[in-house]
Amino acid sequence: MSTDPSVAISPVDERSGPMVRFEKVMKSYGSLVVLNDLDLEVARGEKVAIIGPSGSGKTTVLRMLMTLERIDRGMIFVDGEPLTSMNRNGELVASDAKHLRRMRGKIGMVFQHFNLFPHMSALKNCMEAPCTVLGLSKMEAEARGRELLSMVGLGDKLFHYPSQLSGGQQQRVAIARALAMRPKVMLFDEVTSALDPELVGEVLNVIRKIAAELDVTMLMVTHQMGFAKEFADRVCFFYGGRICEQGPPEKIFVSPENERTRQFLRACLEAT
Amino acid sequence: MKFWDWNFTFEILPLLARAALVTLEATVIGFVVAAILGLCFAIGRMFGPKWLSIPLAGFIEFIRSTPLLIQIFFIYFVFPEFGVEIDAMTAGVLALGLHYATYCSEVYRAGLANIPRGQWEASTALNMSTFHVFRDVIIPQAIPPIVPALGNYLVALFKDTPLLSAIAVLELMQTAKIIGSENFRYTEPITLVGLIFLIFSLIAAALVRAVEVWLRRRVTHS
Repeated sequence: MSTDPSVAISPVDERSGPMVRFEKVMKSYGSLVVLNDLDLEVARGEKVAIIGPSGSGKTTVLRMLMTLERIDRGMIFVDGEPLTSMNRNGELVASDAKHLRRMRGKIGMVFQHFNLFPHMSALKNCMEAPCTVLGLSKMEAEARGRELLSMVGLGDKLFHYPSQLSGGQQQRVAIARALAMRPKVMLFDEVTSALDPELVGEVLNVIRKIAAELDVTMLMVTHQMGFAKEFADRVCFFYGGRICEQGPPEKIFVSPENERTRQFLRACLEAT
Repeated sequence: MKFWDWNFTFEILPLLARAALVTLEATVIGFVVAAILGLCFAIGRMFGPKWLSIPLAGFIEFIRSTPLLIQIFFIYFVFPEFGVEIDAMTAGVLALGLHYATYCSEVYRAGLANIPRGQWEASTALNMSTFHVFRDVIIPQAIPPIVPALGNYLVALFKDTPLLSAIAVLELMQTAKIIGSENFRYTEPITLVGLIFLIFSLIAAALVRAVEVWLRRRVTHS
């Protein structure tokens, strides 16, 4: 990093500043605006649930953080450093591959459809990136993989392939796989939406456990209102590409101020 | 004069067996070239920068649309004009490999295009390098489904090796021709060459089938 005093961005104290910060982020696909001047801050260790109707930009927030999607305008900071741009000789330029890879190392993501590697066993799924990216030895990676898989309750399924596991088990492997990279931020993108109802609980239990045992910042896009209420420190209700209302779950779920929030929660209640 | 002379048949069999080794050598090396180069072509064309993918697509179309025999002649007879002298066997194998690489690249392309987007995204989320994504995630999943198609090209390449006789590589066909012209008997050598090709093709097809079954079992594990 440059120490030039004319640096365009103010240096943020890496220990005390927010873990994730969106500053006036814009994103559109053609004429469809997905994120509209989004501002969002997530503190270190905070658990944030993102709720909202489909098309409100919830998932896009996570995908941008994971650099799966480009932003059109604005800035995203992770751990005090800009994500999609970087400092070069005091000027802010678009991130190069090296910077992106360094930043990605801070973030882990779990997907709606698991996206496990089908040709690798559960354990191999968890060992692949630690070996090739972090440079862990096979033995270290295996120890880490075994530990995490037992943490998600799959210590007896180490050598099962994804096709031999239920959806809930696959999703738990995916969570272990993401945790094996020791991310500072974990993103959960509708992780229970593709599961049969009876399998949702086992995945949510694992997420509860992570929240309790690991010091990791969590952003979760979810339709499980009950879980969001119990799990999150803060709930953000998205509407039209920005945060329409946010606050502690007691407030959002019990006495929402915004009419749209009320409508959305009422609709969710009717659906269950 | 008899229609079929068994003594003559047994006399020429060792000669043809030796030539069959040359044919096999050309096939194996040619196909290794085709398989590796084909994968590079496909990846370059699908994921490379524009300055690479567009000329590559044109080159592939060019090779696919011109006869193999002309390419063999070109490499063997025209390259020396530019100071590139290659012996007949190398030139032939190179032409075979290059020609079939363009066909294989289309097959690889189909295999690569079939990998779900989620696999790429998961690899990005795990911060893997492009090299490791291809080596460990994408290629191992892309290849098994296309083994039958690649196998067809292996057999097709094998059956195209007689074209090397045109630049006097002493493979099966050339050897049979020489035996024929020296003894004024073509029935036995040409028939034997045909039989040898048939046997090898059947063996190759069976091997490809076996590899296919093995790969499928490895991937699904069901």
